[in-house]
Amino acid sequence: MKMKQHMLIVAALVGAVQIATAGDITGKITFKGAPAPEQELPLDPGCGKLHSTKPKTRFYVLGAGGELADVFVYIKDGLTGKTFEVPAAGAELDQRGCEYLPYVSGLQVKQKLSVKNSDPVLHNLHVSPGAGSGNKESNKAQMTGSKAMDYTFDSPEVFLKFKCDVHPWMFAYVGVLEHPFYAVTGKDGTFAIKNVPAGKYTVEAVHRKTHPSGKGESKEATVGAAGAKVDFVIEKK
Amino acid sequence: MARFENNLWLHRFAVVTALATLGLIGIGGLVTSHGVGMAVPDWPTTYGYNMFFFPISEWVGGVFYEHTHRLWASTVGLLVVALTRWLGGNTSRRPLAVVGIAEIAAGMCVLALWPHFKGMGFFLTGIGGVVLLAAMVPVKNQPANRALVNLGWLAFVLVQLQGLLGGLRVVLFKDQIGIVHGMIAQLFLLLLCLIAFATSQTWKRLEEWKDVRVSKAVRSGLSISLVLIFLQLVLGATMRHQHAGLAVPDFPLAYGKVWPPLDDVSLERINQQRVDSRDFKPITAFQIVLHLAHRIGASATVVAVALAVWRVRREMNPIPWLARMASLWLCVILCQAALGAATVWSNKAADITTVHVIAGAISLVLAGVLLAVTLRLHVLHESGVPLVQRSALGKLSMPSQPASAV
Ligand SMILES: [Cu+2]
Repeated sequence: MKMKQHMLIVAALVGAVQIATAGDITGKITFKGAPAPEQELPLDPGCGKLHSTKPKTRFYVLGAGGELADVFVYIKDGLTGKTFEVPAAGAELDQRGCEYLPYVSGLQVKQKLSVKNSDPVLHNLHVSPGAGSGNKESNKAQMTGSKAMDYTFDSPEVFLKFKCDVHPWMFAYVGVLEHPFYAVTGKDGTFAIKNVPAGKYTVEAVHRKTHPSGKGESKEATVGAAGAKVDFVIEKK
Repeated sequence: MARFENNLWLHRFAVVTALATLGLIGIGGLVTSHGVGMAVPDWPTTYGYNMFFFPISEWVGGVFYEHTHRLWASTVGLLVVALTRWLGGNTSRRPLAVVGIAEIAAGMCVLALWPHFKGMGFFLTGIGGVVLLAAMVPVKNQPANRALVNLGWLAFVLVQLQGLLGGLRVVLFKDQIGIVHGMIAQLFLLLLCLIAFATSQTWKRLEEWKDVRVSKAVRSGLSISLVLIFLQLVLGATMRHQHAGLAVPDFPLAYGKVWPPLDDVSLERINQQRVDSRDFKPITAFQIVLHLAHRIGASATVVAVALAVWRVRREMNPIPWLARMASLWLCVILCQAALGAATVWSNKAADITTVHVIAGAISLVLAGVLLAVTLRLHVLHESGVPLVQRSALGKLSMPSQPASAV
C-alpha cells in the first residue's frame, strides 16, 4: 500500500514536470458535404468466409455530426533541427479478414513496423512508396501462419501505401515522420498528439479521400503548459 | 525427306500456337484488368515453389490469374520453340543447340555470380534446357522458305523476351515494363498469325489471283489503319498499366463536358468523388488527356478502317474471301468501339475490359493479314504482268510486245 502511494507521488511529480515543458495538441475534425458512397468489397470466396456481413470500403468513416475518422494529424513545421529518439516499441499492422488493421496509422522513421497475417489465406505484402519518396518498394509473400514481417523506413512519407495484390481491395496507409508527433482521428473525429514540447507549430490534417493530392489543411498551434487545441472543418469542394 | 510444301500439320500447329497466344493475351489482359500483376511476388518461382508444382489450393484471388498466365505463357513458349524448330527443319538443329547451351551457361553464370538475380538465372537455364531439347528432337523436313524461317526465329526471340519482360515487371516493380510487355504481346500475336497464314494453302493459292491489281490506295489505306490500330493499342496499354482506373468515367461526354477542365481544383474535386474498392491512384490531367486521346484515336481508326474496307471490297471483289475478311474486320472494329464505350459504362468491369483487349488484338491481326495479302498480291502482280502493261504504269516500255497479252 505504502509502495503504491510513493509511486503515485513520483508519477504526479513526473507529470508536473512534463506539463511545464510539454502539452498535448488536441482537436476534432468535422467533414462538411456529401461523401461519395462506399462500395462493397469484391471478396473472393476464401476471404468472404471470414466475414459474417459484407464489408465495405472505409474511405469516409463519419460520425453522426460529420466527425471524420482516419485523418492523419501531425506537426508539419516547427520541429526543424530537432532530432527524436526512435521509439523502442514497434508499431503493428495486421491482416485480418483480408483487410488491413489499422487502415491508417503513423510511424517514425527507422521505427519497427511488424506486419502479421492473422488470416487462413496467403497475402502478398506490397510496400508501394511514392516515386521519389526515398523509401524502397518491396513485395513479399506472407503465407498462412508465417511469422510477422518487420519493416523500417528511412524517409518521411505521408502516406506510404501497403497493399495486397492477391486481394486488390486490401490496402493501408502509414504516415511516416521523423518525429513522434502525430495522431489518427478516431470515430468521434478527435485526436490527441501527446507530449509536444512547448512552442509554435504548423499542424496539418490530411485524409486520403478529402485530400487526394496528399496536401492537407494546415493550422498554427502554440503549445503552452495547457497544450493547444486545433479543430478542423474539412469541406468538400 | 519430307517436302516442306503442303505441310498441313505444320500449318495446323502454327494455327494452334497463334490461338494459344490469343488466349495468353486474354489471360494477361485479365491479370491487368483485375490489377493483380504483382499478386505473385517472386519469379520465376511462385510463392517459393517451382511454378509447375505450386499447389492448386493456393491459386486464390489474384494469384489465380497471375499464376495461370505464367503457366500458359510457358506452354506458348514451348509451342513457339517447337514451331521454330519445325519451320527451320533440318537446318534449325545447330542454331538451337548453340542458343540452348549458351542460355544454360549464361543462366548458370548469373546464378553463380549474381545470386541477387537468381530469378533471371533460373529463367535462362530453364528456357535454355527447353531450347536444347528442341534441338535434340529429330526433325527431318526441309526448311520453309527463307522469309518464313526468319519469322520463326523472330518469334523465338520475342517469346523469350516476353517471358523475361513479364518476370522483370514483377521483380523490378516497373509498370512501364508492363506497357512494353503488353505492346510486344500484340505484335507477337500478329507475327504468329502471319506465320500461320503464310503456311496455309490460301497463301500459296494467292498466285492464282496475281492478275488482280492492288491499287496504292488500298495498300496505303490498310497501312494507315494498321498504324492507327497499333497506336490505339499503345495508348490502351499505357492507360491500363497506370492503375488509375477510369480517368474519365462517362461516355460520350467527359465529366459532362466535351473537354473537361483540367486545373488542380477540378482534379481535386474529381479525385474526392472517386471511390473504388481497389483504391486507384489519384488521376492526373495527363491521364485524362490520354484517355480522351484514345477516344479521338478510336474515331479516327473507325473512319480509316471503314474507308480501307470500302476500297478493298470495291477493288478486290474478284477475291471473295478477301472481301469477306475485310467486312469481318470492319465488324470487329465496330464491336471494338462499342466495347470501349461498354468499358466506361461498366466502370471497367474486368471481363468487358479484357474482351476489349482481345478484340483490339484481333483488329490488329486482321489489319496485318489483309495488308500482307495485298502486299503479296501486289508483288505477284508486279512481277507477273508483261512488260507492256508496266510501260503503261510508266516504268518500262517495250513496244514490240502486243498490249493484248494480258
Ligand atoms: Cu491479401
